Amino acid sequence: MRSTLKWFAATTAVAVLAVVLTAPLPAADETVAPAKELTVDEIVRKANIAAYYPGDDGKAQVKMTIYDSAKDKEKGKARTREFIILRKNVTAGGNQFFYVFFSEPPDIRKMVYRVWKHVGDTGDDRWLYLPALDLIKRIAPGDKRTSFVGSHFVYEDVSGRDINEDTHELLEITETQYVLKHTPKKPGDAEFTWYKMWVDRKTFLPVKTEYYNKQGKVYRIIEALEIKTIDDKYPTVMKARVRDLDTGGETINEFVKVKYNAGLKESLFKQERYLRRAPREARKW
Amino acid sequence: MVNRRPRLAPPAAVLIALAVALTSPSPVLAADDGDVATRAGQSAAQNFREALDELPFDLGGFLDIRAGTRITRDHHQLRESLLEARLQLDIEHEFDDGTVLKIRPDFLFDPIPEHRQFDLERGRGWLDLREANVTFLPTEWMDVKVGRQILTWGTGDLVFLNDLFPKDWNAFFIGRDTEYLKAPSDAVKVSLFSDAVNFDVVFSPRMDADRFVDGDRISYWNRMQGRRSGTFVHVERRDRWFSESETAWRFSKNIEGYEVALYGYYGFWKSPEGFNPATGEAVYPRMSAYGGSIRGPVAGGIGNFEMVGYDSRQDRSGRNPFVPNSEMRYLVGYTREVGKDLTMGVQYYLEQMLKYNAYRAARPAGSPKEDPFRHVLTLRLTKLLLNQNLMLSMFAYYSPSDGDAYLRPHVHYKISDAWSAEAGANIFLGTHPATFFSQFQENTNIYAGLRYSF
Repeated sequence: MRSTLKWFAATTAVAVLAVVLTAPLPAADETVAPAKELTVDEIVRKANIAAYYPGDDGKAQVKMTIYDSAKDKEKGKARTREFIILRKNVTAGGNQFFYVFFSEPPDIRKMVYRVWKHVGDTGDDRWLYLPALDLIKRIAPGDKRTSFVGSHFVYEDVSGRDINEDTHELLEITETQYVLKHTPKKPGDAEFTWYKMWVDRKTFLPVKTEYYNKQGKVYRIIEALEIKTIDDKYPTVMKARVRDLDTGGETINEFVKVKYNAGLKESLFKQERYLRRAPREARKW
Repeated sequence: MVNRRPRLAPPAAVLIALAVALTSPSPVLAADDGDVATRAGQSAAQNFREALDELPFDLGGFLDIRAGTRITRDHHQLRESLLEARLQLDIEHEFDDGTVLKIRPDFLFDPIPEHRQFDLERGRGWLDLREANVTFLPTEWMDVKVGRQILTWGTGDLVFLNDLFPKDWNAFFIGRDTEYLKAPSDAVKVSLFSDAVNFDVVFSPRMDADRFVDGDRISYWNRMQGRRSGTFVHVERRDRWFSESETAWRFSKNIEGYEVALYGYYGFWKSPEGFNPATGEAVYPRMSAYGGSIRGPVAGGIGNFEMVGYDSRQDRSGRNPFVPNSEMRYLVGYTREVGKDLTMGVQYYLEQMLKYNAYRAARPAGSPKEDPFRHVLTLRLTKLLLNQNLMLSMFAYYSPSDGDAYLRPHVHYKISDAWSAEAGANIFLGTHPATFFSQFQENTNIYAGLRYSF
């Protein structure tokens, strides 16, 4: 009898937890909590989850258009990157796996980039597979503020900046947005002195971020250009642009297709097999 | 010794003309013409890609033109070290059951080598077939790849211990793309996967030897003649099916981000390091290898350690001067980011002769004495600039025991998504003419290339 009770209690707890965890993000109007009840840390945490952790896993076909400079943009001289990115959360807000299979430009076709993201002090584990050499290269954990595949996005923009690296302040609550200020705890670690982020109050998606330098001047802006709700549940930035105000260069990131809860197996991200032979999930839509 | 052949002026002119013709629509030369030419070039490239995407199979590839010259006079070789145009096609088709067919030929125009008769095995002549294989997945836990394939394993950076798959040292030394350091194997690779451990076995029914430095386009130190030579090395090939096969296997496992592997190999010394005094030909003596490696995060970077024992089966006692001694080889390496888009890698590599006393006793009088140890240090520096479109890199080998070095400076620039240009050098330094890198001194060369990828 006692064990039955215990079992019942445990099941209920798990069920409740499951409901809580899988509950839709507060996208619908009625679920918006009164602003004053949310602390700045809660907003930051929710924004992090909304931007980087939707679903248990996700798959996106991505097209990046890069203009190296204002002059190139004027001339229409663009570089492109096309890839399928697979992601799986180990824990929401915590560790994640990423798998990127490139299809464009031609010199990096079929190249694979794999990341085991570790939140906390340890660096991420990163691999690169070069098919022409059948070579699996281990990439030294690096500065996360360096460019992702030559674009104006940095690694952190793609896989998320560890929220524990900054102190957060709530500057303002507008009708639709939270305006936040983030300052790195270790000032030397990033090229910015602080950054300002506008987070949508309904979706918790960051819609604009401005990076400030030592002189207090904005030098870099990321904006969401298009947002779409996928599966009625996951508001997603389908198109984003990052601008480098110093060079006039910019990169536009588009999700051509996106899918959540695709049932991606963990082995896909862990087995060496799938580095050498890209799985169908990564090669085709 | 006199020059073997006249210089290659006519083919060089043709190549250069071809290069100019091909590059003219590229953004390099169109840069100043403004938007129109750039846009036209881009949309042409886009249309071409779209046309390729319409094909019932997956097709990509590149056209690569490159040229290089020796910077010192080598009386055994031409002044031109490299002069070639190459079209690579990468054709792939996946069937509904997951079976993948892959064919990757290189069509090559290369007037330099003296021995140009078509040889598919050694990649001589107009075709270098890089890959032609079928991968199928008989069960959830097994992959099988049959046919011509490029194979790589082990942890070294341009240093190979347990990776006994064929290498092409000529390609490496004359300034072809690093991809050509790996020569293809004609083999069956079976891979078994489980949560506990992965197992790969590669069987080559007929030996796939290195495309070693044979004097055709790189001169070397000829031990038998006791001098530098450009004479073509005559080799007793190991080309009997099955009786002269190679088998390589590996157990591997990733333990919390640390990649651990055990390796074995049953076959031959990959370059003809033996000598048959009866025929005067170089031979591939029988050899087995056993080793292990580990690679993973260490102190903010990536560390690796690898070792291997080479069992020279035809001379276990070490007393035969015509067969290499058994050896132990060790490698320890460390790579980390040292600045923004700047990576540094260092390696220490050690070769140890195992039957040194026997070797010394058996050494023919007058032949240069080798040390029981050969130490090599390597350094790699890679810097990315201009939105990662420009890569400056340097790879250096330095052997304190041999007193020689090999430097590989390299610059690579991505002009656009399709076009890239590169230049580099292969610099051999040393004091003694017979040591490994020093013997290639007169092959020191510079090269440049241009590539259109699609």
